[in-house]
Amino acid sequence: MSKKEDFVKFDKVDKSYDGKVLVVKDLNLDIEEGEFVTMLGPSGSGKTTCLMMLAGFETPTNGEIYLDKNPISNIPPHKRGIGMVFQNYALFPHMTVFENLAFPLRVRKISKEDIDKKVDKALSMVSLSEFGNRMPGQLSGGQQQRVAVARALVFDPSVVLMDEPLGALDKNLRESMQYEIKHIHENIGVTVVYVTHDQGEALTMSNRIAVFNDGKVQQLSSPDKLYEEPVNSFVAEFIGENNTFAGEISDISNGSCKVKLDKGEIIANPISVKSVGEKTTVSIRPERALINPEHKMDNNQKGKIEEVIYHGDHTRVRLNLLGNSEFILKVPNSSQNLDIKLGNEINIGWNSHDARALDPK
Amino acid sequence: MSSETGKILSTDGIPLEESLKQAERKNKIKAFLLVTPLLLFLIITYIVPIADMFSRSIDDKMVTNMLPKTYKAMEQWDGKELPPEEVFEAFYLDYKILVKNKTAGKLQTQLNYEKNGFKSVLKKLARKQKKFEEGNYKEQIMKVHKRWRNVEYWRAIKRRAPAYTYSKYLKGVDMYSNEDGKIVQVAEDRRIHRILWSRTLEVAFFVTLFCFLMAYPIAHLLATLPMKYSNLLMICVLLPFWTSLLVRTASWMILLQQQGIVNDFFVWIGLVADDNRPEMMYNKTGTYVAMTQILLPFMVLPLYSVMKTISPSLMRAGKSLGATPAVAFFKVYFPLTIPGIGAGCLLVFILAIGYYITPALVGGASGTLISNQIAYHMKSTLDWSFASAMGLMLLTGVLVIYWIYNKLVGVDNIKLG
Repeated sequence: MSKKEDFVKFDKVDKSYDGKVLVVKDLNLDIEEGEFVTMLGPSGSGKTTCLMMLAGFETPTNGEIYLDKNPISNIPPHKRGIGMVFQNYALFPHMTVFENLAFPLRVRKISKEDIDKKVDKALSMVSLSEFGNRMPGQLSGGQQQRVAVARALVFDPSVVLMDEPLGALDKNLRESMQYEIKHIHENIGVTVVYVTHDQGEALTMSNRIAVFNDGKVQQLSSPDKLYEEPVNSFVAEFIGENNTFAGEISDISNGSCKVKLDKGEIIANPISVKSVGEKTTVSIRPERALINPEHKMDNNQKGKIEEVIYHGDHTRVRLNLLGNSEFILKVPNSSQNLDIKLGNEINIGWNSHDARALDPK
Repeated sequence: MSSETGKILSTDGIPLEESLKQAERKNKIKAFLLVTPLLLFLIITYIVPIADMFSRSIDDKMVTNMLPKTYKAMEQWDGKELPPEEVFEAFYLDYKILVKNKTAGKLQTQLNYEKNGFKSVLKKLARKQKKFEEGNYKEQIMKVHKRWRNVEYWRAIKRRAPAYTYSKYLKGVDMYSNEDGKIVQVAEDRRIHRILWSRTLEVAFFVTLFCFLMAYPIAHLLATLPMKYSNLLMICVLLPFWTSLLVRTASWMILLQQQGIVNDFFVWIGLVADDNRPEMMYNKTGTYVAMTQILLPFMVLPLYSVMKTISPSLMRAGKSLGATPAVAFFKVYFPLTIPGIGAGCLLVFILAIGYYITPALVGGASGTLISNQIAYHMKSTLDWSFASAMGLMLLTGVLVIYWIYNKLVGVDNIKLG
């Protein structure tokens, strides 16, 4: 079975609630069949609105959404056949777990035996077979969450939407649920569109991530690409930790450029800058800068240690480097004693390839 | 720990359990003192009047106290044949005192309730007894009026012997205890109370139904509208609360009367002819309209408070799972509002069943309820014991409805806010 590349397609979608502000601007997004796509962004960035438009609870102001090539803007939610997991689970409190799961099957007039079979299967999928007769209120948050996932999947929808489903869980449970949802997705191969503001969650679970800001998709790519190769400074800032230098291009040639800072100059990788004189923000991941590098690196600077914070598996070191007093380094605990002491001056080096010159903030 | 030494002691040597009790006793007393005024208030204004009503409704000491000797003598009498001489003598002595004290009239009225025609017999006896000679009272009394030879009259006296009676309750459901002591219905043209009871239930039921049908959408709107609009709407719902009941009822009178605004409007739009204006007041229609409007907030508020707690995502979840909006409403939303419906219906029904002013003003003859009858006996006939009996019957009815409701829905499920 060949997978359709544009199983879900947002085509030039705009959305405005009040006729004054666009919450979603010119959104184009293709989601492959069976893919796990996460919409990631700060609150108010339009990601939940997109999800609601896909679910049918909001209509696009402009543009069209296609599900398996069919335009769905005029189809009411109950005819779309899209499963949805809500932020606060939205389990029906007056029904047992079994009845909750049977609800989508009963409204589809499926025979009683098939309902029993399907509900049992869905419950065992989330390892809650024993809980069919409980009321949702008698379950823990994690169990309710799993019921909500099972309910969204029990009627074999082509697409499942999840709106920050793990937001209300505590940290440990959240992490184990992330793996559980990921495994369910891998096992049954359903297309999942997931909304979250937690980048860790997005990086763990997704095939691809769409980073939203200001009603626009800033970047849509796989988690590793998103982290390693952010295309603009918002994505670089939003995903993971990031050291930045604001400066101006003083020279650009052969896939590298010189950036003039207030104090000093660095060599960087030009991503979104093209000509001399442009303002830019240079982004370097903390783990890409090394202390006393063994090999020659094309950026070498001296910095003064201003703060050392022990984190168990690594130590965070804050330096004052080239006038930036917020320069963060992560030093793995396995490394030899590198003379990390408050107030010491140390040598820092990084490759110009890892210093990405992006758009100015 | 099995021995005394195992007990934990506080620092000054008292067992911990005891010192805890001591410490808590103070708090308990304090808490009790705080609620004492309320408790007293409740007892004085609620428990005592109900107890008083109850004793009034079954009290029948008056006749018993007026004829003490007679009833003592009657203890031996089996009621089959005319009583022996002692009963006649005792009755003569009792009655003589009553006549002397000028309280015989009350006895005459009371005994006439028991047996028609008793009054004239007693009045005649009152006149003749002054000339009675000592001894053989049986002969002398029977000579006064031939009815004294009829054992029925003596049985009527004996029936009033107990100090307590449930006859008022029988009267409340149009029944009475006849000469033979059997409970039978009153004549068909005098059965007014049963009509009133059934009408009261009917009006209460329909008012509750109308309130529910009108309040449900309003409460839903209130719960889902944005705050600024819902506050305004809430004020509109509560506005009648802040207006005097009398004023509201009077305004309905202005609206509903035959030359009133509603009728004028109907004539103006040509719905009815000018000489054929429908009567919308002084009948059941008026009672329905006015009571529904007045009791509406009692339905809206509990419904609103329940609907407010239902997350909108539940309806969305229902729809996303494939239910049409109607199915999602009846399977998901509606069952969740049942606690509010229960509370609202119970509240409105119980208020409606005892409603007084509105039916009195706009009800007319065919729209008056049992409470109006109670008021009538309180103020006009001064038959307080009957009014008390009917009041208690109403109270019992409400308690029964509450009990049924508890069995069906469960009082724990009520949500008033």
